[in-house]
Amino acid sequence: MSEKMEVKNLTKIFGRHPKSILKKINEGMTKDQVLNKTGHTVGLNNVSFEVKEGEIFVIMGLSGSGKSTLIRCLNLLNKPTAGQILFEGKDIVKFNKTELRKFRQNNIAMVFQHFGLFSHRTVIENVAYGLEVKDIPKEKRLKIANDTLETVGLLGWGEKMIHELSGGMQQRVGLARALANNPDILLMDEPFSALDPMIRRDMQLELLDIQAKLQKTIIFITHDVNEAFKIGDRVAVMKDGQIKQIGTPEEILENPVDEYIENFIQDIDRSKILQAKNIMFTPSPLLFSKDGLNVAMKEMKSHGISSIFVVDKERRLKGIITIDDTIKAIKEKKSVEDILKQDYFMTDPEMYVQELIPKAVETKYPIAVVDDTKKLLGIIVRASVLAGLV
Amino acid sequence: MNSFPNTLRIEIGKYVENFVKYLIRNYGSFFDAIKESILWFLMKVEFFLQWLPWWFVIAVVFIIGWRMKKLSSGIVYGVMLFLIGTFGLWQMMMSTLAVVLTSVIISLIIGIPMGIWMAYSEKIEMIMRPILDGMQTMPTFVYLIPASMLFGLGKVPGVFATTIYAVAPIIRLTNLAIRNVSKEMVEAAHSFGSSPMQVLIKVELPQALPTIMTGVNQTTMMAMSMVVVASMIGARGLGEQVLLSINRLDIAKGTEAGLAIVVIAIIIDRMTQSLADKFKILE
Repeated sequence: MSEKMEVKNLTKIFGRHPKSILKKINEGMTKDQVLNKTGHTVGLNNVSFEVKEGEIFVIMGLSGSGKSTLIRCLNLLNKPTAGQILFEGKDIVKFNKTELRKFRQNNIAMVFQHFGLFSHRTVIENVAYGLEVKDIPKEKRLKIANDTLETVGLLGWGEKMIHELSGGMQQRVGLARALANNPDILLMDEPFSALDPMIRRDMQLELLDIQAKLQKTIIFITHDVNEAFKIGDRVAVMKDGQIKQIGTPEEILENPVDEYIENFIQDIDRSKILQAKNIMFTPSPLLFSKDGLNVAMKEMKSHGISSIFVVDKERRLKGIITIDDTIKAIKEKKSVEDILKQDYFMTDPEMYVQELIPKAVETKYPIAVVDDTKKLLGIIVRASVLAGLV
Repeated sequence: MNSFPNTLRIEIGKYVENFVKYLIRNYGSFFDAIKESILWFLMKVEFFLQWLPWWFVIAVVFIIGWRMKKLSSGIVYGVMLFLIGTFGLWQMMMSTLAVVLTSVIISLIIGIPMGIWMAYSEKIEMIMRPILDGMQTMPTFVYLIPASMLFGLGKVPGVFATTIYAVAPIIRLTNLAIRNVSKEMVEAAHSFGSSPMQVLIKVELPQALPTIMTGVNQTTMMAMSMVVVASMIGARGLGEQVLLSINRLDIAKGTEAGLAIVVIAIIIDRMTQSLADKFKILE
């Protein structure tokens, strides 16, 4: 994966003479000292990171940590005081007005916390706004807008006014408006914070679905650690205008760099973050369908297990056989196909452990982790699901 | 000892007088040109209003009142207008309305861009605020002096004085309306690469429209009240009738003219108000 956006030493200071404060920060003055002595607010202090193409990069922090300031710098709604923002190698901070407009029209789009929808326009006119600004002919932009509405599940709502929609639907419009422009980078500023918990969950899953389809580069802001770890490929934790740690959710969970982050991740519900692929075992004893019942018997005996998954030569899952059936079948001279059972559970590797709990409680057999082609990737035993909770 | 020393006299009035005189001496032809164009426009408006058949005007007001509010409002407005006709003041009313309409149109042409400019610039707002306060609190008669000096007597100085007095609310409310547009909405518009003009036309003005319409309502009402005063420098119409009846202590005439002004004011107010309501955006 190549780097889509690279932020280098970005600093943003609010106040009358921001440049004059730069030196003081470099000399090591803290945010509070600067505020008390000069009345300037340090929004961002020497922030650097890069975002890879196609990933969801989450910036997480409490309110006042500078995360909203940061995301607003990335499309220059805030002008950085110092530092570089490289998009495909070009420094957007140095863009003139025309270049900046072109950049915003074609390469980057934003979804806002309180939606920022135009209440005097219909849903479809909102979605088509970015295209309208680009002077795309009406017929064409309405068609694109309509297709985008379908992507976010709002087909048929185009002629409604914004106030006729619920909060969750309004944010779908916000998302559609950003997607309609087909940007390279999608900025999302706490997009789901204003929504009910239930709807928030749906929207998170839907965002992941849309992301799987469209493969956008997404920079996502949130204050909710569960949300950050659930949707983020990588997460940056911010505090006082600085990034404290960057890493994948697993990396941060396993090696929090300081106490602040440790506290942060304490109230995480691990079952919501760990996925099937994190807790599955490689299925070492496997029965290929060409093998006979005696091989099955031997494998189960030597591993001390009471059932075994059967796969074909492409490792596609055929079924499961138990030891009791095998013993009986050997006596009755039956084949593997005759005693194959299908009453086990399957899951895909992205499934969250939380959702596996009810299955784990019910099932007699291990849970099979398979991909789209039904290829067996691993198995999950009951104990590891429950261990995932701790 | 207690009285203010006479020697400390700053003759600001004198300076203003000199300035006005300077304007007349050096830019006389400029003001003549303005006078001519205002007069031309005013005449067109008045000609049109006088040309409209009386029953047609009443019918239109009735329908607007009915459609925008309710049937009873339409009937009340229609009957009240009819009464003005029975006072023998129909022509006067149209003549007054011509001055009001002209002043309001000029006010909007000047006031809305001014208000937008004020909303965009802190500096301009800082300068304009006290000037607007002054324009609204200054006794209205004071405007008559420079107006008649610059434009002589008649309808044009009437329009001029009325405009100065009536332009303040539309500037103020346009400023307020643009500033009150949700910051996130404006940010959203910018984030899609809109030009400043696109942000203004596609987002800010439509969002500001309901408040601007309230400004139109207030400006119209201010113009209506000023037009009476403006009759002192020769603007014809209902105001002139009031002035005449004061001079002659003619109670009957004064009552009729006064009532007519009240009626027009109410009808214009209600109609522009409900127009403003129509533009409300549901959030």
